[in-house]
Amino acid sequence: MTDNQREKLLEVKHLKQYFNVGKADEVKAVDDISFDIYKGETFGLVGESGSGKTTTGRAIIHLYEPTAGEIIFDGRDESKLKSKQDRQTFRRQMQMIFQDPYASLNPRMTVKDIVAEGIDINHLAKDKAERDQMVADLLETVGLNKDHASRYPHEFSGGQRQRIGIARALAVDPSFVICDEPISALDVSIQAQVVNLLKDLQREKGLTYLFIAHDLSMVKYISDRIGVMHYGRMLEIADADEIYAHPLHDYTRSLLSAVPVPDPEFERTRQEIPYDGSAENDGKERTLVEIAPHHFVRAAPDEIEMYQKRAEEAALTHS
Amino acid sequence: MENQDNVLEVRNLEINFDTFAGTVKAIRNVSFDLKKGETLAIVGESGSGKSVTTRAIMGLLARNAKVANGTIEYQDRDLLQLSERDMEQIRGVDIAEIFQDPMTSLDPTMKIGRQIAEPLMIHKNMKKDQAEAEALKMMKLVGITNAEDRINDYPHQFSGGMRQRIVIAIALINYPDILIADEPTTALDVTIQAQILHLMKELQTKINTSIIFITHDLGVVAGMADRVAVMYAGQIVEYGTVDEIFYDPKHPYTWGLLNSMPTLDTKENTLPSIPGTPPDLLEPPVGDAFAARNQYALKIDTQKQPPFFKVSDTHSAATWLLDPRAPKVTPPATILERQKKYAAMHEKAVAEAKRAEQEQHRSGEEEG
Repeated sequence: MTDNQREKLLEVKHLKQYFNVGKADEVKAVDDISFDIYKGETFGLVGESGSGKTTTGRAIIHLYEPTAGEIIFDGRDESKLKSKQDRQTFRRQMQMIFQDPYASLNPRMTVKDIVAEGIDINHLAKDKAERDQMVADLLETVGLNKDHASRYPHEFSGGQRQRIGIARALAVDPSFVICDEPISALDVSIQAQVVNLLKDLQREKGLTYLFIAHDLSMVKYISDRIGVMHYGRMLEIADADEIYAHPLHDYTRSLLSAVPVPDPEFERTRQEIPYDGSAENDGKERTLVEIAPHHFVRAAPDEIEMYQKRAEEAALTHS
Repeated sequence: MENQDNVLEVRNLEINFDTFAGTVKAIRNVSFDLKKGETLAIVGESGSGKSVTTRAIMGLLARNAKVANGTIEYQDRDLLQLSERDMEQIRGVDIAEIFQDPMTSLDPTMKIGRQIAEPLMIHKNMKKDQAEAEALKMMKLVGITNAEDRINDYPHQFSGGMRQRIVIAIALINYPDILIADEPTTALDVTIQAQILHLMKELQTKINTSIIFITHDLGVVAGMADRVAVMYAGQIVEYGTVDEIFYDPKHPYTWGLLNSMPTLDTKENTLPSIPGTPPDLLEPPVGDAFAARNQYALKIDTQKQPPFFKVSDTHSAATWLLDPRAPKVTPPATILERQKKYAAMHEKAVAEAKRAEQEQHRSGEEEG
């Protein structure tokens, strides 16, 4: 796809999310990041704990009030909407699936009420019969059956609970879903089921995903493009295949070298690349620079050439 | 002990849990050996019984657990028959454990030097000063930077990776024969995980301990294990050397596990997944517990439990597919790829051995 054909759904511009501003323990959880997410794609956000990936997701859906920056969704900035009504209809388009399927479902509510909460708030159902039908359809969509509607969350396994969480997110017919580590708490055999479900739903409903995770092999599998975060900064953005095949930033290289691979022969010869983060804080002004087509790296002006050389080297192979 | 190389022999272990809903048959006839100096990985999903097995070895089973059958032999004694008092002499001295979450396995109100020294003071009657001197040595060994300055710090002052190093230091301070590591890196970031795994390997050769490594991450297993046991629904379904399990697996469940993990070069549009969920162990299914989720299931799988079929001296799997009378099935494509790689590795090794032999021969001739 060329740039012209791709339509931006979400633009994050110079987003800053600080906590305890002005106090001694001020934390710059997200420190001036910018990226775009195109319609219909899955944008993967990877990083270690404390990198700010979850904070970024929460800032986008306005669970936090951003310290600075703009979040433009579908051409509009939510924080500039005046009326409550506008905001509510606007917010319907964005939903979230959470990491912990045990903590994110209210244990005192039936599955039907959990899934229908968004339908009720947005008055999407005319009457009780329509509401029941919508819930039944949603449960079917995520691979549960309508008999499950009257049960409580504790009666379900982790994978099934995550399906309930997905049904809840889909209830208001969103166009954009933030998946915050949706499979980290699940067993390997169940992870694959949930990932396949997310992919199928994307295809059927034309959804756009922001997929936040630390499991790099799963992120690569599901994402079209990937952004690598570290200490609240975006260090590298590129197509999923490209970033894995030819990482340019030292941190990305280090991160990828640490991923365990289910292949004993590979593991016996694995070389880990250590990363020295101190270079990031040498006071140089750094911005995301397009080093190769669609491949951005956070670099200071005098580092650009070095990264371009790296990209050249990487491109000197048979594709 | 049946075999002199073994430090631990688990035989026919059966453990049930009494619950309000009924009796959960969590461990159903599990047997395995742990050899001196090796790392045995036990892999399986949650509820497969891998943690319960290690709890039984440590004598830390919950109160509603009943050992219905079996023995756990260590130093010519059956650990299951020991009194709590005798078990205390073994736990933390001869057999130690690293737990999954380093934050909850440390005492938040105790200085870490003291926590590391405590096993020495309790088990070896060491004086506090001497024990803390040993603790300092161990802190350096596990790679805690500025150990002298940090010995009086509290757990919350350390990062997750450093905390896990402290937990490892506590476990290793008495140089145990057996170290049980229950998902020791699951709570850590990949780069920290790599450091901790590296450290565990290094320390294993230094103090010559045997490790039982519990995990669900097959990538970690591939890097750590000498031998692997795969558990499903309270039973071991396949065991073998790490190469045999990863390159020539025989049990459809092992196929499914290896298949459903995308590697960095997986390209398919849908990830092969294992359908369904593990069985309810309140009433374990008759026959092969995996049959309901198994696309290769035979009729007999729903009637009779498969015995272990021997693949090689070190490799066995409990699946009827290995019965000589069973129809031949083709494993999934990714498994075939793995077999191919294994065959190529073999060929290469044989060729290299041959070349080395020839060269030796030639140099012998030249000298002669």
